[in-house]
Amino acid sequence: MLRIDDLRVNYGGIEAVKGITFEVPEGKIVTLIGANGAGKSTTLRTIAGLVKPASGRIHFQADDITALSPDRIVSKGITLVPEGRHVFPDLTVVENLKIGAYLRKDDLSHDLEWVYSLFPRLKERSWQAAGTLSGGEQQMLAVGRALMSRPKLMMMDEPSLGLAPLVVKDIFSIIRRINEQGVTILLIEQNANMALHTADLAYVLETGRITIQGTGKELLSNEAVKKAYLG
Amino acid sequence: MLKETKSKKGAFIALACVAVLLALTVVLENVLDPTRNIMLFTVLKKGAVYALVASSMNLLNGFTGLFSLGQAGFMLLGAYAYAMFTIPSAARDSVYYLYGGSAIRFSLPELFGGGAFGLILGVLLALILAGIVAAAVAWLIGLPVLRLKSDYLAIATLGFAEIIRAVFQWDKLGPVTNGANALKSYPTFSSFNIPGGLRLSTFVAFLLAAVCIAVILLLINSSYGRAFKAIREDEVAAEAMGINLARHKRLSFCISSFFAGVGGGLFAMFANQVQAKTFTTALTYEILLIVVIGGIGSISGSCIASFLYVACSEWWLRFLDTEVTLGNGFKLPFLRNGFRMVVFSVIIMVVVLFFRRGIMGDKELTDLFRKRKPKTAAGKEGAK
Repeated sequence: MLRIDDLRVNYGGIEAVKGITFEVPEGKIVTLIGANGAGKSTTLRTIAGLVKPASGRIHFQADDITALSPDRIVSKGITLVPEGRHVFPDLTVVENLKIGAYLRKDDLSHDLEWVYSLFPRLKERSWQAAGTLSGGEQQMLAVGRALMSRPKLMMMDEPSLGLAPLVVKDIFSIIRRINEQGVTILLIEQNANMALHTADLAYVLETGRITIQGTGKELLSNEAVKKAYLG
Repeated sequence: MLKETKSKKGAFIALACVAVLLALTVVLENVLDPTRNIMLFTVLKKGAVYALVASSMNLLNGFTGLFSLGQAGFMLLGAYAYAMFTIPSAARDSVYYLYGGSAIRFSLPELFGGGAFGLILGVLLALILAGIVAAAVAWLIGLPVLRLKSDYLAIATLGFAEIIRAVFQWDKLGPVTNGANALKSYPTFSSFNIPGGLRLSTFVAFLLAAVCIAVILLLINSSYGRAFKAIREDEVAAEAMGINLARHKRLSFCISSFFAGVGGGLFAMFANQVQAKTFTTALTYEILLIVVIGGIGSISGSCIASFLYVACSEWWLRFLDTEVTLGNGFKLPFLRNGFRMVVFSVIIMVVVLFFRRGIMGDKELTDLFRKRKPKTAAGKEGAK
């Protein structure tokens, strides 16, 4: 579904991504794991069009989306849930969700119901300012907002960041549920244990290069991964 | 869906309030003698004009989060565009006497056959033209300037506003702009008073400002308005949601300038003459002050604050400017010309200190009347 070929990205004068090639098959959960500064976020931001790559191609379904602007990429069906949640704090929960569907002109009520059924907590708080939600609820809102654009591929940048272990478990079970409903997911995580248990396919990114790849289970039992990321 | 009908009800109430207000201005102006209540009607008209300009600035600074200080420049463009196209041909030679007549040889109200019909159509068209000129210049200025953020954007727009003012005072452009001299004799609010009949000058000022502010409000409550607010809150997230930052910033900048231009045209109608030196940065700061006092992100706040501000600065504090000598020849200290402004600035400082978020914060008047939603169910769930 998504194919990255020899992608290189320069970010603030340094080469953050040094030629990576990987693939996200349709209907799967794929994860990129790696330490801080490995180039995970930069990769996602480049796919979303927020950063322009130095070289390499990005293909989504049959189209080359390498040089497209972020809004064109969103309308093609790729949405990014940014790192650190980034909800709109002074807008209500409903307004946040509606902005997720900004590029769509059709009826939203069906999708609102869908998001509310995934996150009943959001329905209770729909008229509350997003800034007053707890961290876990904000993450749910960020995911719900991304779903409102009806994405084919949802990319998530560290959904577990700064959340309590129980909440993290909730979030990952919801990720699986969303995936079961037909949304392909590309996930990056520092919480390698959780991510590898969830993912169908995993890549390990080290200082801008992919060093290990395999299914989630394979990587869980891989000695090098165990030593470096699972402790 | 319950909410939808509720907000429709709110809009209906707001509309009714505006209609009552408009009717009140007609009644007020025809019952009270305008020659004996000059101050009251000056404040009402100027307040209406400032309310529009403040709302336009709020759209940009409060709702889109672009801190721009170019409002006076766009008002100037609007005021000149309005005046230049509406001065009657007969009066042109006397207005442009230093430059041997005007380069523009027609007048919009006359093109429409003069009379009441020509006046209304001509003035409306000239005001729209005023807005379009301001918006077009904003588009050009926006190309380089909107790449800047926060303070830098403010500095750049401030600079452009000054450049516009300097260009309009340029002697070489005399036949068009009348150089540093005033443009006058064009239709003003008073032109709408029916001789021997209804006095409608204040009503016209209110009506035009109200229509424009209503359009701004509709825009803010549309999906475009939501996109503007998203940009204000978090540019990264807004971009990730597929909002084209450059396009929406430009849109907001041009629309804000359009209404500043229309506001400039109304200001020209209020002031009876247009001169570039009126539109200094001090005017922008006045408008900014109104926006801040009213509440950044609240259109009703901007409207309320503009009337309060104009009334305070022009009218209620006037008595401080006149010297008072008591019966025994004792002259009260401080009371002299200009003391009004000292007291006024102290009041503003107090307001800014104690009302950090302005009179209205980011709430609208209709929000205050809306009943708070019962939160008990959500609260219990959250506590478990």
